[in-house]
Amino acid sequence: MNVLLDNLGLYGSGFLTTIQLFVISAIGSLVWGTVLAAMRVSPVPILRAFGTGYVNTIRNTPLTLVFFFFAFAYPRLDIVRLDFFTLACLSLITYTAAFVCECVRSGINTVPVGQAEAARALGFGFTQTISQIVLPQAIRSVVPPLTNVQIALLKNTTIAAGFSVVEAGGIYQNLSERGYDVFVGLLWVAVGFLILVTPLTVLQRRLEKRWSVTR
Amino acid sequence: MTSVLYDTAGPKARLRYRIYGVIGTIALVAIAAYIVYRMAVTGQFEARKWEFILYEQIQILLLDAWWATVSAFLVAAVLSLLFGLVFAAGRMSDHRWISLPATAVVEFFRAIPLLILIFILYFGLSRGLGLNISTFWALVLGLMLYNGSVLAEIFRGGVRALPKGQSEASYALGMRKTQVMTYVLMPQALRAMLPTIISQLVVVLKDTALGFLILYPELLYQARYLGGQTNLGSPILQVGLVIAVIYIAMCLLLSWLANYLERRTKRSRKVGPLEPTAAPDAEMEIVTAAPGGGAAPRT
Repeated sequence: MNVLLDNLGLYGSGFLTTIQLFVISAIGSLVWGTVLAAMRVSPVPILRAFGTGYVNTIRNTPLTLVFFFFAFAYPRLDIVRLDFFTLACLSLITYTAAFVCECVRSGINTVPVGQAEAARALGFGFTQTISQIVLPQAIRSVVPPLTNVQIALLKNTTIAAGFSVVEAGGIYQNLSERGYDVFVGLLWVAVGFLILVTPLTVLQRRLEKRWSVTR
Repeated sequence: MTSVLYDTAGPKARLRYRIYGVIGTIALVAIAAYIVYRMAVTGQFEARKWEFILYEQIQILLLDAWWATVSAFLVAAVLSLLFGLVFAAGRMSDHRWISLPATAVVEFFRAIPLLILIFILYFGLSRGLGLNISTFWALVLGLMLYNGSVLAEIFRGGVRALPKGQSEASYALGMRKTQVMTYVLMPQALRAMLPTIISQLVVVLKDTALGFLILYPELLYQARYLGGQTNLGSPILQVGLVIAVIYIAMCLLLSWLANYLERRTKRSRKVGPLEPTAAPDAEMEIVTAAPGGGAAPRT
């Protein structure tokens, strides 16, 4: 208990950075992932090919390797100097977007073609079909797995600690400098993540139960 | 092509798509060209920076690193499968004193980040409790606890997805619970969940890269080391690319296996529920019909 109480500030700032990383990367990955999904279902072959290539490459690359590229290789290109926090966000967005894309795409694919055909037969335009017929149905099967992806993202933020971002995963280094018990310190970090992850998991299970479509 | 989103395109739409295609191509090519340009300007294409691949010592070093990654993956994969089986069985137990702790363990290890788990096993145990644990075992045990828990849920999901009649029929035949589980439910569940299980093994393979953060000498660690060698021209980008190709190739192979198995199981399901028993018979016929009986004993 002492380890936590004596270093409350350290834990506070660590988890604050984690939450910042999570929120920024979550928004970024949702936007970029949706754009990628739009590419993958678009009628333009080149965009489809790019989307497929991106998803297949990134999904088969370890996140640590993505971090490796952004943290060590990107600065070598001398484009724009970015701090480690921004680089960590970029890595997390690049990686998570591939999974978001797959969720959104498979969600759209669960909507039967007949739905859209019926809408078009009734004279709905593209925007109307999308916003009133396809998306309302797709969202039910997209949101639960999407929550899962975001939970994974929250847990993945810890990897940033290995790349010079001072966040929850890096608390142990400070503790060990200050001479505290690292084992207990890390257990408290685990508890912190339990507190952050559990509400999301509960939400995800609720959504899954309530929104599971019976087709 | 008609999809949920788009009707078959008419002449106007086709023209529009073509314009989008041209714009998209230009944008993508521009981005790629800019990256190549930056690489050229900063001298990433200099022969000196790519020379490292030619040195035999470095090749051996990379091969060792590859084996470090693969051995961690193999041990972790086997251990997590075992862990998953044990805890799936534990969670499905009728005895509360078994199922409750098993549930708690599975839920706990799934909720905390794998990296924190590995840190606890490595830094926590060594600096906090004075136990010496090697980077290899810290990584492997961390992977086992996390992926084992995920696999336990996959196994349980597979068993629960089976029709109730399977277990009812087995009980009616007088089988005990263990027998029902090992002879009837698990074999079917494993078969149905095989693609998901292999996808999870891809995750295990990818997560071995976390060993880099506790300085386990795997691919990324050696990449960082080589990338810092000034007498090679610090080729971190180049080594990174080589490592990326190795990782992606390994994961794609496994993913491809998962896809292949998924297609196979899907195809056989169309035949009907009796198919699993029919398939071995069909194979036996072929085997006995083959002249010389060149069939290797299948174990």
